[in-house]
Amino acid sequence: MSNQNSSLRRKASGFWSRNRKKAIAYPYVIWMAVFVVVPIILVAVYAFTSSAGAFTFDNFRTIPEYAGVFWRSLWLALVATAICLLIGYPVALAISRMTTRSQRIMMLLIMLPMWINFLLRTYAWMSLLENTGLINRALGAIGVFDLINNLNSGRAGYVPIDHFQLINTNGAVILGMVYNYLPFMILPIHSVIIKIDPFVIEAAQDLGADHGKVFRKVIFPLSLSGVISGITMVFVPSVSTFVISKLLGGGTTLLLGDLIEMQFLGAAYNPHLGSAISLIMMLIVVICMSIMNRFGEGEEQAVLI
Amino acid sequence: MRRRYAGGKFLTTLTFIFLYLPILVLIIFSFNSTKSRTIWSGFTFDWYKELFSDGAIMSSLEVTLLVSVLAAVIATVIGTFAAIGFYNMKRQWRAPLLTVNNIPMVNADIITGVSLSLLFVSAGAILRFELGFGTLLIAHISFNVPYVILSVMPKLYQLDRNLFEAAQDLGCTWFKTIYKVIIPEVMPGIINGMLIAFTMSVDDFVISYFTAGNVQTLSMTIYAMTRRRISPKINAISTLLFAVVLILLIIVNVREARQMKAVEKKDKILKGAD
Repeated sequence: MSNQNSSLRRKASGFWSRNRKKAIAYPYVIWMAVFVVVPIILVAVYAFTSSAGAFTFDNFRTIPEYAGVFWRSLWLALVATAICLLIGYPVALAISRMTTRSQRIMMLLIMLPMWINFLLRTYAWMSLLENTGLINRALGAIGVFDLINNLNSGRAGYVPIDHFQLINTNGAVILGMVYNYLPFMILPIHSVIIKIDPFVIEAAQDLGADHGKVFRKVIFPLSLSGVISGITMVFVPSVSTFVISKLLGGGTTLLLGDLIEMQFLGAAYNPHLGSAISLIMMLIVVICMSIMNRFGEGEEQAVLI
Repeated sequence: MRRRYAGGKFLTTLTFIFLYLPILVLIIFSFNSTKSRTIWSGFTFDWYKELFSDGAIMSSLEVTLLVSVLAAVIATVIGTFAAIGFYNMKRQWRAPLLTVNNIPMVNADIITGVSLSLLFVSAGAILRFELGFGTLLIAHISFNVPYVILSVMPKLYQLDRNLFEAAQDLGCTWFKTIYKVIIPEVMPGIINGMLIAFTMSVDDFVISYFTAGNVQTLSMTIYAMTRRRISPKINAISTLLFAVVLILLIIVNVREARQMKAVEKKDKILKGAD
């Protein structure tokens, strides 16, 4: 009897304790509701209202004026992502073939620059790309500009040059994106490639596949989830940046991020329009994520290393 | 085969040059005796001296350290409890909550920053407060907690389920079970999460920029400096931060290597006992 009682009691306490154990997550659930869900709802509310508080589509109607900014942002982010993939994949593959010890060191070396404040990383490129910067100086020192000036000296109206315009160009902005986000491409691809069973590759070789075919039919398809998460991790910050375009684009190349920043903190204060643009950017990110989830189920951990 | 490897290695070397050359240039010119970022004119420590006597930089460094430590500690407490709670939930509840939890990590920083600033400004208009250290701290906690949860959750799943029951059978209350059994077991995940949270906070610029009001974090001061006159003081900060990161990474790695060795040793002893 008493035995039954105690087992009943234990069952009851088990039930309560499970509920209590769940309950310690409730403060954070409330926190998320207030500081994650509500702010996003607020963005949506602002996007569909005017400054007087009335419901309106006007904010979205003005967006076509900024179509150029949208396309430039998407285009620059896509180019930067493609370059990151073209550099990052071979590098990840090459590193995955080293010994475990050197792989560890290599990965640390790839991550180390990410630990430096990204404003400073971007600032570093300013001193390299300036008109009187180190790259232009180096080119001048080896006589590149003299050569070009000599070649063109015969032409009428030719103005001799003493530098290439490197900073304040689209190219500089892309370079800044590649420089800042390349590690985000290498890390997930590397972590997926090293998980590929070497026996699978051996089996493919035994069955007569040459190196190209092993790569195309085995390694690449198996590493696709890493590629997809790498693409997302480069594309999302690239398409939303405003610091890189300000520092390396000199404010001449306006990006989506600049546009949003201007609406909230800049001279063109209009949080309603800014919210509408933010909403569209969120949509772009969600589309990006859903594509990623379709390809790379369960790779979130690979992303965080 | 050899040649293909050589190609990959060559590209890897180029990538490392690409990654480190700008940082190297930045560091070298922090010791330059003139303000030029491109012409070397002699060695000096002047910029470091000026750095430490620059009130704006030092006070923003204080703000950054204070907000990062507070946010990391608070986020670790909230995140650890939340992870244990999530772990005890049924899948149907856990899955959507974890999706919401992931939002700040996958969303672009600028969206997180802007949406929080909308919340703070609207709430501030009603409750009469302004953007400042408080809102900055809340924003940092918000984007830190998901990283803590992400690093604690896998450790919880590695636990033996029977551990809970064993603890309770031996007379632990639910709180004691968590405090005496679960938390010590998942400690490595908690510490890891706290470190990630701290570095995220120190490194953040975009979210702080939108939520800090008149308070300046180090990132915000650096941003203001890059927009204004160029000063080698920026190079000096970079060098110091680089050195700090390097030392931290070395410590963490030596510790990890030692832990791995200890585990191997334990394994050996256990196997020897068999």
